[in-house]
Amino acid sequence: MNQINIIMTGVGGQGIVKAGQIIGRAVTSFGLNAVMSEIHGMSQRGGIVGVDLRIGNVYGPIIPNGVADLLIGFEAAETVRALNRIGKNTTILMSTEKIFPVSVSLGDFSYPDTDEIGLRLKERGTRLYMIDAPRLAVEAGNFQSTNVVLVGAAYSAGFIPVPLSALKEAVKEVFHERSWESNLRSLELGIEEFKILQSERHEAVAAQTN
Amino acid sequence: MGDYDFIISDVAEEENRKHFLLGNEAVARGVVEAGVGVATTYPGTPSSEVGDVLSEIAKKTGFYFEDSANEIVALEVAAAAAMSGVRAFVFMKHVGLNVASDALMSTSYLGTKAGLVIMTADDPSMFSSQNEQDNRYYAEIARLPLVEPSNPQEAKDFLIYAYDLSETIGGPVLLRTTTRVSHMRASVTFGARHAISPKGAFKKDPSNLVILPATAYRKKGELLKRFARLAEMAENSKLNRVERRDGGGDIGIISSGAAYNSVMDVAESYNLKLDILKLGFSNPLPEKLVATFLKEHEGTIVVEELDPILEGKLRTLAQLHAIPSLIHGKMDGYLPYSYEYNPDIVANAFSRILGFAFKEKTNGDLQINEKLPARPPVLCPGCPHRATVYAMELVSKQLGLKNVIYSTDIGCYSLGVQKPYNEGDYLLCMGSSVGTAAGFSKSTDQCVIAFIGDSTFFHAGMPGVVNAVHNGHKFLLIVMDNRTTAMTGNQPNPGVPMNGMHEESPEVSIEELVKAAGVKFVRTIDPNDLRNAMQTLKEALRFDGISAIISKSECALLRDDSKKRNGEPIIPYEVNQEKCTLCMNCIRSFSCPAFYFEGKQVKIDSALCDGCGVCSQPLVCGPRAIEVKR
Ligand code: SF4
Ligand code: SF4
Repeated sequence: MNQINIIMTGVGGQGIVKAGQIIGRAVTSFGLNAVMSEIHGMSQRGGIVGVDLRIGNVYGPIIPNGVADLLIGFEAAETVRALNRIGKNTTILMSTEKIFPVSVSLGDFSYPDTDEIGLRLKERGTRLYMIDAPRLAVEAGNFQSTNVVLVGAAYSAGFIPVPLSALKEAVKEVFHERSWESNLRSLELGIEEFKILQSERHEAVAAQTN
Repeated sequence: MGDYDFIISDVAEEENRKHFLLGNEAVARGVVEAGVGVATTYPGTPSSEVGDVLSEIAKKTGFYFEDSANEIVALEVAAAAAMSGVRAFVFMKHVGLNVASDALMSTSYLGTKAGLVIMTADDPSMFSSQNEQDNRYYAEIARLPLVEPSNPQEAKDFLIYAYDLSETIGGPVLLRTTTRVSHMRASVTFGARHAISPKGAFKKDPSNLVILPATAYRKKGELLKRFARLAEMAENSKLNRVERRDGGGDIGIISSGAAYNSVMDVAESYNLKLDILKLGFSNPLPEKLVATFLKEHEGTIVVEELDPILEGKLRTLAQLHAIPSLIHGKMDGYLPYSYEYNPDIVANAFSRILGFAFKEKTNGDLQINEKLPARPPVLCPGCPHRATVYAMELVSKQLGLKNVIYSTDIGCYSLGVQKPYNEGDYLLCMGSSVGTAAGFSKSTDQCVIAFIGDSTFFHAGMPGVVNAVHNGHKFLLIVMDNRTTAMTGNQPNPGVPMNGMHEESPEVSIEELVKAAGVKFVRTIDPNDLRNAMQTLKEALRFDGISAIISKSECALLRDDSKKRNGEPIIPYEVNQEKCTLCMNCIRSFSCPAFYFEGKQVKIDSALCDGCGVCSQPLVCGPRAIEVKR
């Protein structure tokens, strides 16, 4: 492995920086090099938050255009917005969660049909996985843990090159003890969900080629 | 246990443990390792997290930390500490150093006893700033040594180096980060902790420490000597090093700070044979080192963000020493003068100079030509500023005011500039709303209203009020007192009953200050009570002269925190669909982000709603359709 580049994007309040910290801590405590950059606006909630996380032989935290291995979109429209930074071979994990910005409520913009966009992308052969992270987080007993669900899915997809135990340890490091159980459960559910999505995709691809 | 207890651990406990730290957190660890006794700041992005850590650990570590009223006060407090033999640290965002610059010049002339390090966090690309000024210039005009880390580990290590340097030469040191260093996370290995002595003793020496003209005259000479000594030290500093990749090549690179990271990433991904001179101690320029490097190479590319400071010096140096090798950078058009660099920008320049093929990778056919909704930051649900600007809007409509000029200022309330409020017409810098309102009141016949936050009022608003009273300006000053410094992460300010050490402290009353300045109309309102707030706003607008309203209500994020701590639930509101007439006022005029329109119904997202209840008042919802969620 030379390097792994992960772009994370979403909206303030979705725990994106925390997700980056979990992955970063897990890989660095395992002895790998990692650098991460976090760009968020001011304190107010609701702005765009972006994290670039790079693992391996890297110096700066900015991922050049087109080289990302993985895009984790915590919010559907923000995932679409980030498409211009990724490459043909980037795997996309897209949470189906939709957060309407005020510009939509005010009627200046309409919210894109992200489900349809997802289908269009899949038809073009993109490695896109749409994941209902909020549902899984609720199932894990912690509606705020969508970020950990997505970390689980990213792990399952092979982009976090450490043993599961290291990742679990990092989850425990960044959360308070009282939410360990639900967060670890979210991690597991994310891992399982990705496996299901992956086999669905394989079937779909096989069906197309047949 | 606090979240940052690990920052103060002894290195013996560490066993080479690595921490995945933000650059700013690493700086805080550096403060602990350097044995700093006094640390001061005025919060500003991208430097604020340093203070968030220091504030939490100061007491148990045994040093003094304060959120000062503004940056120049912060620097003055730190300078006096250093003059008393206590290691002192002062940090701020780049524009904060403009405020502190008067004191900066004098501290450079007078020097210091114990180490004094001044950190400036610059913001190329202006992620959260009004400009992207290059604060390396301050090292030039104040003739200060400058150190520029490229990553969190260096941020910590260079800080410690800076203290030793400061004490060796007896003068302050400027440490410059940028957003991508302060907000970069990476592995950091801790070092040993230096003992802290938070108290020293001041020795009188007025002929050297009181900067009257005769003293200044003499001190300038000493400063030049100090600078010459520093130049010698920069030649051999471990912070300046040459890396030869694959035995090097004909082309050399000179770089510093965050730009160096992009250079290295490009060198790695294109497998470039290069010699790289990394300047971590970049002012004064190590001229011999640089001249030798220039001579060794046919051509040298200077890669630095923002202004061509190093490049200009290199060109001068080459001219002075008749060095024939080529120098490339911004001045010959290869690299841009603005915005932060990234590997693509650097690779593009290198490819043109070195003649290799560069093609920025694109996402091929992934392009979705879909118009995406804008998502600018907005006032939080439950934000008291929304109530104030909404009340002001209604008052302006009811009184039929035309062409009101809203002078605004720096804080969350700057967002009042956005639709649907449109209450922001002119903004320059911290505290400017009061001065510009005065100017508008003299030079126009329009109604003038100034918004300023509590922290900003203390920072730089007060002189404007004194000026307005004395010179007879007429405008309405609205102090948006949300009981905190919200935009940078809720640091305390002089108006709240807690200080940076987490101690109870006296509240400085804005109301009393404004009265003492001679403002004759001063009222405090609760903006969440729209009816009464509007009543008072109208009275203030009728007043002949400067009038002041302190619109006092806690930031919603703080309110949520204290609810959480006390185990109180946040009870959201909902729209009673039977009563809702779809007038849309709550969305179009009040515009709390918790509202959304779906399936022909106005709804409230109960996960976003803060339960403030302002929208339930008839001045927002005439039909009274907004009710506490059952
Ligand atoms: S952080 Fe506080 S003051 Fe700032 S927008 Fe949010 S609620 Fe308002
Ligand atoms: S009560 Fe109304 S105004 Fe307050 S946060 Fe909830 S929806 Fe927004």
